Amino acid sequence: MSATTLTAPPSRASRIDHLDQLEHRSVHLLREAYASFPQLAMLWSIGKDSTVLLWLARKAFFGHVPMPLVHIDTSYKIPEMIQYRDRLAAEWRLTVIYGQNEEALAAKQTFPDGNVDRLTCCGNLKTEALRRTLSGEGKRYRFDHKLGKYVVDTNKEPYTGVIVGARADEEGSRSKERYFSPRSGENNWNIADQPPEFWNQYATEFAPGTHVRIHPLLDWTELDIWEYIERERIPTVALYYDQGKGERYRSLGCWPCTKAVTSDARNVQEIIVELKSGRFANIAERSGRAQDKDDGGGLESLRREGYM
Amino acid sequence: MNAVTGSASTATRPLRLDEEGLPFPEDLASNAPGGESAAEVEARMGIVIVGHVDHGKSTIIGRLLADTGSLPEGKLEQIKDLCARTAKPFEYAFLLDALKDERAQGITIDAARVFFRTPKRRYLILDAPGHVEFLKNMVTGAARAEAALLVLDAGEGIQENTRRHAYLLSMLGVRQIAVVVNKMDLVGSRQEDFDAFARDLGGFLSSIGLEPAAIIPVIGREGDNLATRSATMSWYTGPTVLEVLDAFRSQGEAVDGPFRMPVQAVFKFTNDGDDRRIVAGTIDSGRLRVGDEVVFHPSGKRTRVKSLEAFNRVAPSIVGAGESAGFTLAQQIYVQRGELATLAHEPPPVTATRIRTSIFWLGTRPLEVGRSYTLKLGTARVSVHLEHIERVLDASTLDAVTDRTAVLRNEVAECVLKLRQPIAFDRAADLAATSRFVLVDNFSISGGGVVREALVAAPTRESVAAANAHAALRAGVLWLTGPKGAGKSALARWLAAHADASGAKVELLDDDTLGELFPASSARGEPSLRVRRVAWLASRLEAHGAAVIVAIDSPDDDERRAARAQATNFVEIQLHAPAEVLAQRTGSTESQPYEVPVQPELTLDTSRLTLDETGAQVFAWLDEWSSQS
Ligand SMILES: Nc1nc2c(ncn2[C@@H]2O[C@H](COP(=O)(O)OP(=O)(O)O)[C@@H](O)[C@H]2O)c(=O)[nH]1
Repeated sequence: MSATTLTAPPSRASRIDHLDQLEHRSVHLLREAYASFPQLAMLWSIGKDSTVLLWLARKAFFGHVPMPLVHIDTSYKIPEMIQYRDRLAAEWRLTVIYGQNEEALAAKQTFPDGNVDRLTCCGNLKTEALRRTLSGEGKRYRFDHKLGKYVVDTNKEPYTGVIVGARADEEGSRSKERYFSPRSGENNWNIADQPPEFWNQYATEFAPGTHVRIHPLLDWTELDIWEYIERERIPTVALYYDQGKGERYRSLGCWPCTKAVTSDARNVQEIIVELKSGRFANIAERSGRAQDKDDGGGLESLRREGYM
Repeated sequence: MNAVTGSASTATRPLRLDEEGLPFPEDLASNAPGGESAAEVEARMGIVIVGHVDHGKSTIIGRLLADTGSLPEGKLEQIKDLCARTAKPFEYAFLLDALKDERAQGITIDAARVFFRTPKRRYLILDAPGHVEFLKNMVTGAARAEAALLVLDAGEGIQENTRRHAYLLSMLGVRQIAVVVNKMDLVGSRQEDFDAFARDLGGFLSSIGLEPAAIIPVIGREGDNLATRSATMSWYTGPTVLEVLDAFRSQGEAVDGPFRMPVQAVFKFTNDGDDRRIVAGTIDSGRLRVGDEVVFHPSGKRTRVKSLEAFNRVAPSIVGAGESAGFTLAQQIYVQRGELATLAHEPPPVTATRIRTSIFWLGTRPLEVGRSYTLKLGTARVSVHLEHIERVLDASTLDAVTDRTAVLRNEVAECVLKLRQPIAFDRAADLAATSRFVLVDNFSISGGGVVREALVAAPTRESVAAANAHAALRAGVLWLTGPKGAGKSALARWLAAHADASGAKVELLDDDTLGELFPASSARGEPSLRVRRVAWLASRLEAHGAAVIVAIDSPDDDERRAARAQATNFVEIQLHAPAEVLAQRTGSTESQPYEVPVQPELTLDTSRLTLDETGAQVFAWLDEWSSQS
């Protein structure tokens, strides 16, 4: 196991605090997912949320991550993100799988190529790539720990359970999610007809041809995420911190569509201070993401079609 | 409960806002006399706001957000702007309507998550909708809430939904509630009307066991008596909505009850030389320490806790309710998902195969007598069959109807369920968390309920007739499995002796008959040739029309699965008994490894039944099985 230092149990009284509460619920959900879906995968965008999710999996499974981490590589990710992904994959001995929409990339059906608008580009490089990677129609590349590189994965089974790091506070449509949210074969999300969730019982039964999205981070806020990263000392991509230029990324995406924000926060503590007292307090986290602005319901329609 | 920590002076600090756009309680507390320290504002309280459609829930929530300064900057203006552009009158309710299609429908459709904060604590509003179609969302919200606001329209009074919601709150165990009588402006904000209304309502609520902390007259649109006291209704001297919420107690977790932990999984990840076998689950109540003697139900297996496990922190010495835990055992016993971990020195749970329950039904397809469903309680999952509907409560009148054979969507009923296998639970009156279950019909959670009590397992008629029971067996393989001493051979001989001559020819394959012909493998961990040969032989005999009763040592689940795969009609009957009983029967305390079957057709505890009763239960099961297939 990696050389993470042990943190002593919090010195608080026996009572569990807010972060513990969130952690316990997420761990419970992860274990339910693991017990219920033989073909289970976790999406790993490399961002802070899905990395916290990955950490929570190590909590839930006592240091192990017994499921593949699926990353959708649009080929426009900031290079540091990919380096960080492969570093953690090796250090934590993760099963990392990536997929991409090779056809759209070859045909240059992308926004940076100037052939489609931003939303269509997201649709091609994320939604469609994700759909095909999950269903097994698209090629899956798996990190081979012996060879130290990616090889084509032989497993083409569709994943029936997909763990996703969405948070309810990110933007409107996510606040309507369930912890276990069934999707039809076409990734469609029927918002009005979701199964009820109560008493720690979730939609773990699913009809053939459908799959279930699992959202263990639904109750977390951006501040919770950073406070947890600090408490647990979770390694994160350096892009989140000011490297001396007076700017940093608040949310990570593709470089043509994600802008850095002006900030001099150089580490986790400074980000927490900034979030609590600084000027971001009332500015939406995804404000640096251009596709959210192209149309009012953009993100929601992307979500119905399966984009995270 | 919490130590009061010294906090830095906040007098001159400007109001700071967090990620949710909410002011920090420390800052607000400095303005409130007797305000509490940050240490007491740690967790948030989940609340639901329920009531009939259009009675003003969304308006009240919108107002609460705005009046507590809990909205992100510019949000109010943004919505006002949008209304102006679309030529719609502004509504506070729009603040919640984050979704486009929801705005189009004009009804709140789901338990959205919205936060607001008072000097005392943070609240998570599980906004529950009022439309009758969306009752399941209310259940989702209310099941997680620690307190509820029941909203009524002063002009319209108690509607069907109001009654239903109130009854569900009571059944779901939400005990802290306040009633908000909205739109007082429409009835002239008069005290006499309000008082009459409050009397009626109080009577109804107490008839279903709810005691509201307050009944509050409000004008949601204007914010009267929500965050601030009403000037127009100065006759009202009770608490405002915020005051009543702040007075509610955060129940926290039930650490004081007996220890209960539904086993989520037993992990053994062998990577990197990890040889821990960890029993994992979330603790519903009580506490667990290293060295405690744990008993798993319904299997009755017991041993001591060797260690508590955790990742990235020093292993704790004690864990309690609300925590997701993991522990290793002193002895290698096979436990599996679905069992309930308890402590030997505490009150045990109940184990039964027939239960009386209260159920609310949400499925589009009715809940029908005679049909089968999947019941999930804790992590246990069993097939059940609706035996009898004792009564259905009319949600609006709360009258009981007794001669029904189906429960319709949105109805509440008392029902008797028969379970295929025993499960462990507590009675609702004893321990709420481990009495709650859901019913799955056609891949979706279609109802929920609580167990009121256990009923006698087998109908008495059967137990009387047990000794003389006879049955005609069909061609098939009856595979008896269980640890040494569980009673396989005895049961096999009983079944063979009681098999009716009108059925298939019976062939008995047990350790005695086989003797040294099919030697049991000697080396541990080596595949058992005896089990494989018997599996093959049984399937051949079955093919020729025999009813084959197998009673040999078959501790390996994979081997039994292979046997199942070869047969046409395979019935796996799992026998078990507590470790003490086994030790007594075999005269040895040494426990052999034994893998419990994942989905046996039938599981019987031979320490609780006579041989006649065990045999009769097998026959009863076979009977039902033949009539179904
Ligand atoms: N006159 C009056 N109308 C109100 C009041 N509160 C809400 N309303 C109106 O009642 C209607 C339904 O309110 P809404 O909050 O959407 O109800 P919900 O379905 O319970 O969420 C809206 O048109 C509101 O403007 C009030 O205190 N007085």
